[in-house]
Amino acid sequence: MSMASTATPAGAPALPFRRILARAGLYLTLSIAAFLSVFPFIWMLISATNSSGDIIRGKVAFGDQFWINLTNFMNQVDLALVMWNSFKVAILSTVLTIAVSSLAGYGFEMFRSKMRERLYSLVLLTLMVPFAALMIPLFMMIGKAGLINTHLAILLPTIASAFIIFYFRQATKAFPTELRDAARVDGLKEWQIFLFIYVPVMRSTYAAAFVIVFMTSWNNYLWPLIVLQSNETKTITLVVSALGSAYYPDFGMVMIGTILATLPTLIVFFVMQRQFVAGMLGSVK
Amino acid sequence: MALSFSQTSRGRAGARSASLNGWLFTAPALALIGLFLVYPILRSLVLSFYAGKGMMLKPAGFSNIVRLWNDPIFIKALVNTTTFFVVQVPIMILLALVLAAMLNSERLRFAGLFRTAIFLPCVASLVAYSVLFKGMFAADGLVNSTLMAIGLVDQPIGWLTDPFWAKVLVIIAITWRWTGYNMIFYLAALQNIDKSIYEAARIDGVPAWARFAHLTVPMLKPVILFTTIISTIGTIQLFDEVYTLTEGRGGPADSTLTLSLYIYNLTFKYMPSFGYAATVSYVIVVMVAVLSFLQFYAARDRA
Repeated sequence: MSMASTATPAGAPALPFRRILARAGLYLTLSIAAFLSVFPFIWMLISATNSSGDIIRGKVAFGDQFWINLTNFMNQVDLALVMWNSFKVAILSTVLTIAVSSLAGYGFEMFRSKMRERLYSLVLLTLMVPFAALMIPLFMMIGKAGLINTHLAILLPTIASAFIIFYFRQATKAFPTELRDAARVDGLKEWQIFLFIYVPVMRSTYAAAFVIVFMTSWNNYLWPLIVLQSNETKTITLVVSALGSAYYPDFGMVMIGTILATLPTLIVFFVMQRQFVAGMLGSVK
Repeated sequence: MALSFSQTSRGRAGARSASLNGWLFTAPALALIGLFLVYPILRSLVLSFYAGKGMMLKPAGFSNIVRLWNDPIFIKALVNTTTFFVVQVPIMILLALVLAAMLNSERLRFAGLFRTAIFLPCVASLVAYSVLFKGMFAADGLVNSTLMAIGLVDQPIGWLTDPFWAKVLVIIAITWRWTGYNMIFYLAALQNIDKSIYEAARIDGVPAWARFAHLTVPMLKPVILFTTIISTIGTIQLFDEVYTLTEGRGGPADSTLTLSLYIYNLTFKYMPSFGYAATVSYVIVVMVAVLSFLQFYAARDRA
């Protein structure tokens, strides 16, 4: 990227016409793709200021209905409670998932045994289990345990993530074992080595894992849809879906919800863009 | 002698504590995976040989599997799901590849800006963007009025009311959401390719499309395979978008009903038939297993 091409000498003669045309096509195509990708987000902001009628008539200019939409939304939805629910579930599930799965990833890589390698293969095998095949028995289990309509019902099945375990095990391969050996000589216990040496050294891995798990958890839909049926426990995703999947949704009001549902992940993305991409690519390394 | 003795005993104690530590570190995850992944998937398998309404389940042998073949709604959901991934995945992969190749071109200005913009849809929640698309593709909505203003169509397209166009809308929506995601994988892979190959081909007068077809695509083959398979697995499990776009019905006339949505309806909407729903879910298990096996096989071939 930073290296200038050596093939084209500086001050080259004017580009031939065909090459200018190709360049123009390149920028045009990329601009169209970028525009189409970003436009729905802009349209969401614009629509939050318009009435439902204007929205479905395709209005694309800012209107003056924002406060009315917001008031309508607040009248229908206990905003503070819904956002509290969403953040509570997403953050708890992120912290627990990362704690449990990084411990396991570290354990599988650092303490090898035949038995654990077999179990690890089994863990990897569960990566390809589709959720649809789990939800019926899970629903029966959660029902029997009396956990329907509790946030624990969402947390429990998501804490141990095969993918995050795999992600941490792969990352642990790059962890310098000399650090561990030195700590052992110093008399640190294994859990101390993990907590005080491994975790700080691997902080970029933790950051990437945070982004992946937070996004997944924030956007989680099907399982919460099944186990959260009371208004007191619903998350923003469920509220948006309920408001938006009506026959004649009040789109102006729904837009307030979609903004609220999108904003946290958008912020995480812009603040942690590098970790975001690193986390996604982790699976192909 | 004494030294070596003490060393071995320490080594043994070390091995024992390593084993104990190995279990302590992995036990919480293993217990949770056992309880919330391994047990349910086996339970589903058992359930698929039971039939009945609600919790009144009786052993039913293979009757659920027979029922699959005689269930037109299941066949429809299977055909829809297959149509979605057969049509959508290749379009998206090709689009992502072309965009990645373009973003990788030399001396491209604003590359970072383009990349971020095209990647942005990945940040949207599935439900939120489905609601947005529902609004944009409304009968008199933005997309139809734009198409009519350009003169591409004479009358509004029934994106949400016509069985054919509803499918097209779902495909457009998923493509919007996931193209940038796949593109990122290709961009990462392209960074590892020596740019002088392209430069040489360009100097030799190889046109851009031929460089794309004969250089980029073959070199990215492993990544293309990987993304094709994960995208296909994702599309097989399609639920959030169709549920939100169609008020949970998979309409119009079941034209967007997917397997996951059908399982959801069988379990939570109608009088629950857990056994039969579990059988349908195993159709997804088999489809995903076959694809994962292909991926595994191809990856091993490469190594």
